[in-house]
Amino acid sequence: MPEPVFNSPTTDLRVVACPHCDLLQRLPALAAGEAARCPRCDKELWRRREDPLERTLALAIAAAILYVVANTVPMLGLSAVGHHASTTLFGGARHLWDDGQEIVAVLVLFTAVVAPALQIGSMLAIVVGARRPCPPSWVGTLLRHHPRTATWSMIEVMILGVLVALIKIADYASVNAGLALFALGALVVLLAAMQSAFDPREVWARVEWADAAARSAVERAARDAAAEVPS
Amino acid sequence: MGRRGGAKRRGTRRARRRRRGAVVTTAPVAAIQRGWQSCEACGLLSRPGADAGACPRCGEELAFRKHRSIERTWAFVIAAAVCYVPANLLPVMVTTTAAGSAPDTIMEGVILLWSPTGWPLSLIVLIASIMIPSAKILALVYLLVTVQRGSVANNAERVRLFRTVELIGRWSMVDVFVDTFTAALVQLQPLMAVEPGPGLLFFAAVVVLTMLAVESFDPRLIWDAAPSEEVVHA
Repeated sequence: MPEPVFNSPTTDLRVVACPHCDLLQRLPALAAGEAARCPRCDKELWRRREDPLERTLALAIAAAILYVVANTVPMLGLSAVGHHASTTLFGGARHLWDDGQEIVAVLVLFTAVVAPALQIGSMLAIVVGARRPCPPSWVGTLLRHHPRTATWSMIEVMILGVLVALIKIADYASVNAGLALFALGALVVLLAAMQSAFDPREVWARVEWADAAARSAVERAARDAAAEVPS
Repeated sequence: MGRRGGAKRRGTRRARRRRRGAVVTTAPVAAIQRGWQSCEACGLLSRPGADAGACPRCGEELAFRKHRSIERTWAFVIAAAVCYVPANLLPVMVTTTAAGSAPDTIMEGVILLWSPTGWPLSLIVLIASIMIPSAKILALVYLLVTVQRGSVANNAERVRLFRTVELIGRWSMVDVFVDTFTAALVQLQPLMAVEPGPGLLFFAAVVVLTMLAVESFDPRLIWDAAPSEEVVHA
């Protein structure tokens, strides 16, 4: 494996570029709950959180428990003229597969089952890893990919879809919402709370660097020029 | 929770924007103009050597801008636009009853739902399945064309449009889930059965392709044509 080539980092970690407009700026010191926004394009750059690791961990554990409930118990039931049918989240995707819609079935399974599991699982691992005195580099690897799992985890969209389906069917059969639907509703709230309790800057500040030498150079420079303002 | 934090939550959007966020210490300048690369994953600023390297903190491959952002975004948008046609013309759902089978396209689904009591649902499906996908494609084409023409007008509005597209795009998946769970539940053979139709695949493709287009678009390109002496209203 070839040795990776690393860029040389800035010595002042508070200086950042806005991800949406590339404006160079320095983050101010923030109290918990405060946010810094880009003055040019209004992108939120950083929102400092109160006690981010502990709170995120608590919410992620709760989300993991609800996730298991939501995927094991029936979500929807239907009865009409002596027929009874019920389906779980997984069952919905499997039915699509059986109907020859394999690609859509995989998409449904991924956005409603797999991506939420990855989102919760990677968040748990990130927070548990980051709470260690010297967080290992795999925490950074997971954190790097975490936003993508959140983008593709679509439980809230799925719930809206399920509700529309329920009301559509209600015209010609009696339908009832199962326990899983309520668990999923609570899971949406917990996932939103988990994401907003989390502060990635806090983890990045603790995690081991890919280029260990660069980190010690940055820390040395920060100590040497504690009060100096760089150009 | 600080005093400013409390005020911030109550503040209107306009009031929040007036409040100064980050501090610009130097004259307003983009990182690229000073040779800094900003890591998309961890936010660290770093300077490349002879060749573009990796982020020293998280190891992500770095570049000044997303790799071939314009070409990749165009490719996804054009593919989405192509899939958009069969997604709307082919049935997404086929209902089979004793009287025969009735295929429904997305628009027919909206019309069928429209009734004195069902109109809110019909509206949800109309917005999520018809208006959002087409608005997304149009918005991305507008962003691509203005960036390629080097437009310097309405930068703040264009980046806000990008963020809106990013935020609402996932909601067009609603119809995929509606059809999935309707088909999974309504299996009352021989009375009635619902099967997914061939349009569903194309519709799902539109949703995924537009999401990938948003992911490959680099909003910093909007600002690259801006004159460097532009005043920052900080």
